[in-house]
Amino acid sequence: MLAIEHVSKVYPTRQGPREVLRDINFRLARGENLGILGRNGAGKSTMIRLISGAEHPTSGRIVRGMRVSWPLAFGGAFQVHLTGLDNLKFVCRVYGVDYRPLVHFVEEFTELGIYFREPVLHYSNGMLTRLAFALSMAIEFDCFLIDEAMVVGDVRFHERCHIELFHKRKDRSFILVTHDANVIKLYCKNACVLHEGRLLPFPSVEAAYDFYQSTMSTRAEPVES
Amino acid sequence: MALTQPSLLRSLAVQRRVLHALMMREIITRFGRDNLGVLWLIAEPMLFTLGVTMLWTTAGLHHGSPIPIVAFAITGYSSVLLWRNSTSRANSSIAQNKALLYHRNVQVIDVMLTRIVIEASGATASFIVLSLLFIYIGWMPAPYNLLEVLFGWFMLAWFGTSLALLIGAATTFSEIVDRLWHPASYLLFPLSGAAFMVEWLPTNMQKVVLLLPMVHGTEILREGYFGQLVKTHYDVGYMATCCLVMSLSGLYLARQASRRLEF
Repeated sequence: MLAIEHVSKVYPTRQGPREVLRDINFRLARGENLGILGRNGAGKSTMIRLISGAEHPTSGRIVRGMRVSWPLAFGGAFQVHLTGLDNLKFVCRVYGVDYRPLVHFVEEFTELGIYFREPVLHYSNGMLTRLAFALSMAIEFDCFLIDEAMVVGDVRFHERCHIELFHKRKDRSFILVTHDANVIKLYCKNACVLHEGRLLPFPSVEAAYDFYQSTMSTRAEPVES
Repeated sequence: MALTQPSLLRSLAVQRRVLHALMMREIITRFGRDNLGVLWLIAEPMLFTLGVTMLWTTAGLHHGSPIPIVAFAITGYSSVLLWRNSTSRANSSIAQNKALLYHRNVQVIDVMLTRIVIEASGATASFIVLSLLFIYIGWMPAPYNLLEVLFGWFMLAWFGTSLALLIGAATTFSEIVDRLWHPASYLLFPLSGAAFMVEWLPTNMQKVVLLLPMVHGTEILREGYFGQLVKTHYDVGYMATCCLVMSLSGLYLARQASRRLEF
C-alpha cells in the first residue's frame, strides 16, 4: 500500500511562495496502477519526486508500505567517469543486491557492447537512456514511478521497455505521469488529472480523458523548472 | 508494517551499504584507475606534508626550541590536513552529488560523511606512513606517549568532522558560506597551532589563540609526541564542548538541508 495523505508542496520564488501541489490524497494498493494526466507545468514531475522520496512534502505525509522505485530511467545520477558496469554496481550496492547475476541482463538490454565497460562520458543520449532504464529494471520494486517525458527513445526501445515493464512485471504497481492522454488510455486502469495544483479523481479513464481535453482549450499554465 | 517502520538495526545496515557504495564511487571517480589510483589518497597529503616539512626545516621555524624540527612539522601539518581537507571536500559535496539523492536511501548526511571519512583516512594514513618512515631513518624520535598521540588525533578528527558537517550543510542555505570558507581556511592555518607552540606566544595572544578548538588538539598531539620537551596549554573539556556543539548543529543543518533540497 502506498498512501499519499494531504500532501502539499510549496516552492519559494522571488515573487513569494508558490504552491505547486495542494492537498493531494490517494492510495495505491499492491498491483494497482494509476495514470496522472497534466499539462506542462502542472506539477507532474514534482509529484513523482515527492513519491520517490527525493524531495519532502511541505506538509502532509507519504506512507510507503511497499518498495517504491526511483523515477524510472532517471539518468541524472550517472557519474560520467564511471563505466556502465560501475553504475550498475553502485545502484546494486545502494539497494543491497548482488550485481553479478544482473550483468547479463543489463548488458543484453542496453546493447552497449564494449561500451558497457567504458566511461559513461563516451555514451550517446540513446545509450544513456537504455542504461538508465535497464538499471531501473535491475532492482526489484513493488511500485514503479514513470515520468513519461523521461523515457525517450526510438520505437524499438519503446517496445522493449513495454515488454519489460508491462508484460514481465505486470503484477507490479505503477504510477505513470504524462501529458499524453493516449498513453494513459493504453496502460492505466485508473486515471486522475492534475489541474491547478489539485489532483482530481475520475470514475473512469474516459471521464478523465474528457475533462483533460476540455482543460486544453484554456490558457496554458506557467512552465515549471 | 515492517517496511514503513524500519528498525534501528535495519537502518544501520542500509547506512553501511549506502556509505560503502558512495565511497567506492567517490574513490574511483576522484582517483581513477590509472597510475597510482587509490594510493593518491595517501600520496597527495604526503607530498604536501613533505614539502612543508622541507620549507619549515630550511626556515628554522621552531625558533631554536629543543624540539626536533621534522617531527614538529609533521605533527603540525598533518593535523591541519586532518581538519582542513575534510571541510574543503564536504563543502561542495551536496551540490556535486545532488542527483544521487534521487535514491531515497542516499541522504545529504551520507554524501558528506563519505567525503569526510575518505579525507580523514588519507590524512591519517599519510601521518602514519611519514612518521614510521622518519622514525625508521632516525630523523624523528618515536612518540613519547602513543596513547596521547592517538587521543589528540581523535580530537582533531572529531573537530574536522563536525566542522565539515557544519560548513557542508550550511552551503545549501547560502553560497556565501562557500565563498567565505576559502579565505577562512587560509587564515585559520597560521592560527591553528600547527606552526607554533602556544607556550612561545605572549600571554595575551595565548588567550586569543586558545579560543580556536583545533589549537587544543594540536597541543595534545604534541604533548603526546614530545612529552617533557614541550610545555603545553590545552583544555580537553573546552575542545570537546566546542566539537559537541558543532556536531549537533551540523547534524541539525544537514537534516534541514535535506528537507529544503530542490531538484
